[in-house]
Amino acid sequence: MNTLKFVVKRLLISVVILFFVALIIYILMRSLPTSYVETIARQKSMQPGSKSFEEWMEQLNAAYGMDMGIISGFFHWLGNAVRGHFGDSWFYTVPVTQKFHDTVWLSFVMGAISMVFEIAIAIPLGIIAARKQYSKTDYTISVIALAGISLPTFFFASLLKLLFSVHLGWFDLFGLVGRDYEQLSAIGKFFDKAHHLVLPIVTLVVISVGSLMRYTRTNMLEVLNADYIRTARAKGLSERKVIYRHAFRNTLIPLVTIIGGSLPGLFSGALITETLYSIPGIGYTSYNAMVAGDIPFSMFYLTFLAILTLLGNLISDILYAVVDPRVRIS
Amino acid sequence: MSEEKRNDAVEKKNEEYSLNDDRRVKVLSPGAMVAKRFFRNRIAMVGLFVLIAMFLFSFVGGLISPYGEDQLFYRTDILKKEYASAIQNTEFRYSVAEGQNFPSIIQAKFILAQRQKDASFEYDGKTYTVTEEGKDFYSISIGGTVIGIAYKDVFSVSDQAQKLSFNTAFAGLKAFSNGESAFSADGIDYTLASDGLVSVGDKEFGYISRFVVQPLMSDIFLTREFKDKAIEVMSRNGDRMMFTDRSGKEHEYFFNFDPKTNKWTIREETESRVYDTYSAPSKKHWLGTDRNGMDMLTRLMYGGRVSLMIGFIVEIISTVIGIILGGISGYFGGWVDNLIMRIVDIFYCIPSMPIIIIIGASMDAIGVPPKIRMIYLMLILGILGWPGLARLVRGQILSLREQEFMTATEACGISVNRRIFRHLIPNVIPQLIVSCTMGLGNTIITEATLSFLGLGVKFPFASWGNIINDVNNTFVLTNYWFIWIPAGTLLLLTVLAFNILGDGLRDAFDPKMKR
Repeated sequence: MNTLKFVVKRLLISVVILFFVALIIYILMRSLPTSYVETIARQKSMQPGSKSFEEWMEQLNAAYGMDMGIISGFFHWLGNAVRGHFGDSWFYTVPVTQKFHDTVWLSFVMGAISMVFEIAIAIPLGIIAARKQYSKTDYTISVIALAGISLPTFFFASLLKLLFSVHLGWFDLFGLVGRDYEQLSAIGKFFDKAHHLVLPIVTLVVISVGSLMRYTRTNMLEVLNADYIRTARAKGLSERKVIYRHAFRNTLIPLVTIIGGSLPGLFSGALITETLYSIPGIGYTSYNAMVAGDIPFSMFYLTFLAILTLLGNLISDILYAVVDPRVRIS
Repeated sequence: MSEEKRNDAVEKKNEEYSLNDDRRVKVLSPGAMVAKRFFRNRIAMVGLFVLIAMFLFSFVGGLISPYGEDQLFYRTDILKKEYASAIQNTEFRYSVAEGQNFPSIIQAKFILAQRQKDASFEYDGKTYTVTEEGKDFYSISIGGTVIGIAYKDVFSVSDQAQKLSFNTAFAGLKAFSNGESAFSADGIDYTLASDGLVSVGDKEFGYISRFVVQPLMSDIFLTREFKDKAIEVMSRNGDRMMFTDRSGKEHEYFFNFDPKTNKWTIREETESRVYDTYSAPSKKHWLGTDRNGMDMLTRLMYGGRVSLMIGFIVEIISTVIGIILGGISGYFGGWVDNLIMRIVDIFYCIPSMPIIIIIGASMDAIGVPPKIRMIYLMLILGILGWPGLARLVRGQILSLREQEFMTATEACGISVNRRIFRHLIPNVIPQLIVSCTMGLGNTIITEATLSFLGLGVKFPFASWGNIINDVNNTFVLTNYWFIWIPAGTLLLLTVLAFNILGDGLRDAFDPKMKR
């Protein structure tokens, strides 16, 4: 009962926050000095024998529903958005939700695969580092983790491209599918796509594995300094049992909450990585839309990201309460 | 002896621990403890040294470097420019006698007649007589009146202002095709050399040749010597020649024959001053030059300045906002706290990277000047970056507020201002320093990423991100490592150093740490 009340309360607060986030984003988008509409109007007015720029602006603004005031425009947008109508993308000229549906699963697959790798690499290494605190292994792992965090995505991606695409020729530089994609069989198509996703996933894993590794190490250290571990050692348990029975299970509490909280983020797409490799996931698609000033698509994407963040926080809070019996929701 | 010695030692020991000696207990202030712990951390020291090196490189390096931030370098490049063209004439050319009519249909009929070696042909009821005046040289006449000539050797006049009259051309060509050495026309006597040179007395008049050499640009006048030499090279199928022009300068010319159009192209080697782009590392430019012909090393120094400065300014902006709002929120609590924390929640949810990309793209569209753009960039990054810090400060203050020493300050009647600034804030500062140090690294990466995408710092300003931007050009990625690898390495080292330093500081500030 308590949990339900907590969840409902958190949900209501999230809705209020979301409302304001959407409002701020909408105001920002509308007050930008330039947009896709202007670009189109400028192009159209350049054509010989065309109407003037102002006339085109007026006509296009009316066509795109941009002639409303910012506040009334926002409520108009909100009314439609609540019913799931996000309008047509200006840049892609298809409904926003359709474009989203076409691209988001690719990003999800990419994110999910890299997350599995991250967990598989980060947690064992983090535990090893914590067990041998201040040893050479610990320093090496810590420095590697920090280097991963400090690596600028674009630089790392360029290095990978230079080594694996240019020198070794194992992968293509850009894109999701190869040149002869259309001639391939169904299985061939699958492997072609998988082949093109290798470098982006490696990039994602290396860039983000460090923080999880450090998080695991810190938490493991905290647990290893706890009294019950000393007790476990004192009563003569083997080191294996101490570490994997007592310590590791307790380390799992924060790990589960943080991993659970990052699950919604899998849908957000990797904006930079996808753009670098021209992978047509939700990140790259939105990047192009945003750079072109496509308001419906950008509004949708930004709101979507905000929802994912709120959802992530909510999930990790609930998980924390569920996993850790010491935490009681009040 | 030994007794004495031992006494001495005991005395020394006693001296060391005598009661009225301050050194009896080694007292270290908390600050000194932190410093001691920090300086013992070898990795953190490495980070510190790297950072000091980066600062020296960026801020002092720019002063030492002999080149400016956007100083352009040139090199002289030898380019082959098309200079003249030449054809060996294989088709008949025609000249019309003064006052006569020689239409193209007659020219076509003439070709037919010439092929069949007919002495005459008929057209439109008229009979045309073809006379072979010499080798590949014919005259066409009606009833004894020459209406035109057909020839393959071309008679050109040296002095462009002078016009070649029909009679002169007729006589000259006739003489040339018959191998004669003199002819006269319109009352002037000409001498004709075997190589085709035509002169009046000592003066050169023109020449006759199968080759037609024409300049490609109208402002060039090809001298007779040049043409002669070119013709000589062409007739022996040579591919280059040296030629000294009238001012005594020697040029090299390259000949290229295109069998399709039957045309020779003569190209001249000229020295041109071009931007010294993508030149490899050398003594003059240790890391080569970039796509604009600027010294890479100097660009890196100024780029470091921009990257570090942006990092610091952004961090200062967000820290100031974070401390003020988080401090107010934590200290006063109640509805103020609630309100501020909800604002923090809202800002936390705003996706910062997409927002900055959108704003960057729109600044591109309206053409904000690069300097103003940099200021906007810092403001936006700073304003989007404070919520995390505000949360941290609030959390710290909330827990500190409840501790005994704060109750003590209240009991002592210390003013609110003093309580906040003397007792509360100093206790938050360690956490703040750690978080800012690591935040700096993050900010630098964000700025570099934006500049890499072309939405951050713009030319002419350098930033490590926009230096690497050139790698988007696959040719640069493949061939010019010195354009992007040094900048990326500097970026990585700096961010890594900031993170290591932050880590070391956290350990040092933590009193529970044993080392």
